[in-house]
Amino acid sequence: MTTATVLRGRAWKFGDNVDTDQVIPAKYAIYSLDEKKLGEHAMEGVPGNDGGWSQKIAPGDIMVAGSNFGCGSSREIAPIAIRGAGISCVIADSFARIFFRNSINLGYPILQSPQAAETIEEGDELEVDLEEGVIRNFTKGDVYQAEPFPQFMTNLMRMGGLVPWVRKRLEDQRSTGHLTSPHPGSRPDLPDRVEGQRE
Amino acid sequence: MGMTMTEKILARASDRNQVRPGDLVLAKVDFAMGHDLTIPPAGRIMREQMGAESVWDPERVAVVQDHFQPAKDVASAALGRMTREFARDMGIKWYFEVGQGGICHTVLPERGLVLPGELVVGADSHSCTYGALNNFATGIGSTDLACVMALGELWFRVPETLKFVYHNRLGDWVEGKDLILHVIGTIGVDGARSKAMEHTGEALTHMDIEARLTMTNMAIEAGAKNGIMAHDAVTEEYLHGRAARPYSPVSSDPDAAYERVFEFDAEAVPITLAKPMSPDNTAAIDEVAGTRLDQVFIGSCTNSRITDLRKAARILDGRQVAPGLRLIVTPSSHEVAKQAEREGLIGIFLEAGGAWTTATCGACLGGHQGVLGEGEVCLSTTNRNFPGRMGDPKALVYLSNPAVAAASAITGEITHPKDVVREPVAV
Repeated sequence: MTTATVLRGRAWKFGDNVDTDQVIPAKYAIYSLDEKKLGEHAMEGVPGNDGGWSQKIAPGDIMVAGSNFGCGSSREIAPIAIRGAGISCVIADSFARIFFRNSINLGYPILQSPQAAETIEEGDELEVDLEEGVIRNFTKGDVYQAEPFPQFMTNLMRMGGLVPWVRKRLEDQRSTGHLTSPHPGSRPDLPDRVEGQRE
Repeated sequence: MGMTMTEKILARASDRNQVRPGDLVLAKVDFAMGHDLTIPPAGRIMREQMGAESVWDPERVAVVQDHFQPAKDVASAALGRMTREFARDMGIKWYFEVGQGGICHTVLPERGLVLPGELVVGADSHSCTYGALNNFATGIGSTDLACVMALGELWFRVPETLKFVYHNRLGDWVEGKDLILHVIGTIGVDGARSKAMEHTGEALTHMDIEARLTMTNMAIEAGAKNGIMAHDAVTEEYLHGRAARPYSPVSSDPDAAYERVFEFDAEAVPITLAKPMSPDNTAAIDEVAGTRLDQVFIGSCTNSRITDLRKAARILDGRQVAPGLRLIVTPSSHEVAKQAEREGLIGIFLEAGGAWTTATCGACLGGHQGVLGEGEVCLSTTNRNFPGRMGDPKALVYLSNPAVAAASAITGEITHPKDVVREPVAV
């Protein structure tokens, strides 16, 4: 699975500290293995957000949230529900760490841009260039630069997440008879440092 | 440059002499945990998508039936079955069936499965609980867990460490829960986002392991990656005869670098509650006393261990739950339930007119056994009260320690325990 590198859609805005119980209430965890069903109930727990939010989403639309987006539980069904609703990527002022790593591991695009989160309004027409980390707001005529991801995370997202990475590690293990020690070469190596982006 | 405990554990696990905040490491995991909501997806991802046929070490994985178990509906029964079959097929040594385990974050410490110096991950956000036992423990997702089960390793970003120093000791009626709520109220639900919270100071030396576990349990409520405490005589006594493996405690170097140091006078911390709808919306008890309640819930991985139940029972002993209010008591493990039975605590709850349930996460996450309806008001000993956490998004949830919960169940409104019993309850 690879993700399109340029995404276009309308903005759907959310505030600060939107937690995973609002993204997908725990009762829907029974649909853990059904992305479409999860998508139907995405953002249902946001107070004042009447049910059926996901029916208003046109495929490709973009979520724009405030700080600490996706705090709370570890449920990976949070980014899966948002993806299942048809949202092509999430832009936020900042992400809670488990939501952040779940998205990276799923190969689901997320971007951190305080400026975009602050300025974009609901309904704005957006274009996101994932390769460049550039967000264009056609409604307002603005351009925002998202904080760059470290190479390891970019590679994970490009290759479709942690699944293909592990598959490759296991194949190496089978061919060499042991788990190869982490060094550059057959897999995206870990960079020395990560500035800004938080896990 | 010295290292913090968190840095030392991540350095050792990634086979490096030194790490510093911001480093990305691939680290060996010492112990991993999943439950009935996270094992079904993780197991499927591991076997069907990653192509792994077995877990890296069946003796270092725990699988716990706790969230929607005993099965609350047909769909949960299916998840329970998938969880059970995965544990059986993989030969998981630490599988905890309904009636034999309880809530994962109580079961793992009480069975001595999460130990000083170790790197522990759990596919549940409150996995940070274990850090009270001097380990690095953090919550991960299902794909993460699949990776760990397949390879025994996972990627991490080394976190900055925030140091919390608690001077003096907590006052009467004030517990670990009040202290951690006070901290979260001070720094906010993103105040430690992605960072390590290292708890230190005199107040901790007077706290038992259960109170400490309550504090590290709520690290995630400040957005932290992990909460951690030093190993001391209290830790050693708790682990004696309990630890499932040999272990090596870690301590922070005197010259370790902290991003920031927060100092608190524990003696000045009041009984603290969180008001709706966020754990950082805190208030001293005087500000919220008198709030009418529909339900009191004593349960969860935060505050339903044996010392919590003892405190609640001493207050409820010989008294009655207020008319129009329901009290639900959910022990956090089967061992806790057995001990409560031996001590006569269950009889006290039942005589008081409270409902006693089996050990499960239950109402805490709006699962079952106490889900809230629209507009209902609940006082809960749990960990988070974001909108919809315990049921309807318009239900109102307050968080408190178990003594306040018990006293409030008697009066029907948020109540200081001293208004119900004269002397602070000792356990």
